[in-house]
Amino acid sequence: MTMNTEDTAEITCTVNGERVTRTVRVRQHLVDFLRGELQLTGSHLGCEHGICGACSVRVGGVVVRGCLMLAVQADGAEIVTIEGLTDSEEVADLQENFVARNALQCGFCTPGMLMTAAELLASGRPASREQIREFLSGNFCRCTGYHAIVDAVEATLRQRLEG
Amino acid sequence: MKAPRFSYVRAESLEQVFELLKQYGEDARILAGGQSLIPTLNMRLSQPAILIDINRLDMLKGISAGDGAVRIGALARHAEVAESPVIAARLPLIAAAMPHVAHVAVRNRGTFGGSVALADPAAEMPACVLALGGTLVVAGARGRREIAAEDFFRGLYETAREPDEILVEVRVPTEAPGTVSVFLELAQRHGDFAIAGLACHARIEGDTVADARLVYFASEDRPRLAKGAMAALAGKAWNDGTRAAVIGALTDDLDPMTNLDGGAAMKLHLQRVLTGRALDAAVAQARAA
Repeated sequence: MTMNTEDTAEITCTVNGERVTRTVRVRQHLVDFLRGELQLTGSHLGCEHGICGACSVRVGGVVVRGCLMLAVQADGAEIVTIEGLTDSEEVADLQENFVARNALQCGFCTPGMLMTAAELLASGRPASREQIREFLSGNFCRCTGYHAIVDAVEATLRQRLEG
Repeated sequence: MKAPRFSYVRAESLEQVFELLKQYGEDARILAGGQSLIPTLNMRLSQPAILIDINRLDMLKGISAGDGAVRIGALARHAEVAESPVIAARLPLIAAAMPHVAHVAVRNRGTFGGSVALADPAAEMPACVLALGGTLVVAGARGRREIAAEDFFRGLYETAREPDEILVEVRVPTEAPGTVSVFLELAQRHGDFAIAGLACHARIEGDTVADARLVYFASEDRPRLAKGAMAALAGKAWNDGTRAAVIGALTDDLDPMTNLDGGAAMKLHLQRVLTGRALDAAVAQARAA
């Protein structure tokens, strides 16, 4: 797939470890593709212009805004959504701490928060509360006031570094 | 919202990009990181006929140190620049500015070249490139051109790049031994668009500021070299008298825009405050070195 002046293009990518091939509209962004075509509705669509972070997904090993990447650009890419991250148990400890600390209320921002926090945790480096806040600063939460989210990430980080 | 209809081409070579730019001109948009372009599409603020995706063009990637300068490929991601040991060692101003660039997910995808080529007035990288006297390399079917940063930024999102050209790399002179860099920015929330900001690169000998380049951004329509303030600083000891003269000169150097963040008078005030802080920090940094 190189030149495409049509409305659609065929892409093949790996989503949560499974290889998928689909025809997508070239103007469709990645999260609409994941939600609409693959029924992976854990990635949420909030602002749709890169401000809120609810659509965060992992592409090529790093967290990105799913609404700021076209599905057609994901051709050949390795994508992990919150469904895949949960199944892999990579953030099972973080999810437990989110529950224990009441780090979510309505839950709309939670998948994006977990996707972003997973990158901080995976770095294996210690981080202060201030650094955790800065790392999560691109993800909006309108319920918790963030304090409990920082608590949950901090607790997980501490457990991992001590463990 | 959803993006309007457009055609999409994943470019396989620079020649193909040149050809498409020649064919479509201003109806084409180059898709690099997409972190500014795709929001404008989703909000239907722009309706290009065609997107030219350059993400697979390897010749536009990478960061390397050469003779007295660092080459930053147009496709180098912000995260890559932020973590680059070459940047940390040779371009401390850019390393200091990078944490202010948006948020982690945006830095993972957004590109250095995209930021410079877009010339958003609130963006950090154009200010840094201008403060360090960088050179922008653009290319098209008509050939390659090198443009000094002083001549590149022309106005609000306006640059010296022609519609049939693409920015391919940025060359920034290695910061000389004995110079210091300070980057300061004010934003509502860390990582958000700046309200006021200053990139400062200076040579300080003892308490004397031998020379300094001060580039102000966010308040202006483009990153602006404050020539009056720089003249008021050159060869002077950093003291209350110099501070007053430098801050006074900003009245003529700057022409702040009023926007949702505040009025022109407030922005001028903030830039003056940042100026004092930046030079205090620069002098302290030079003393500690």
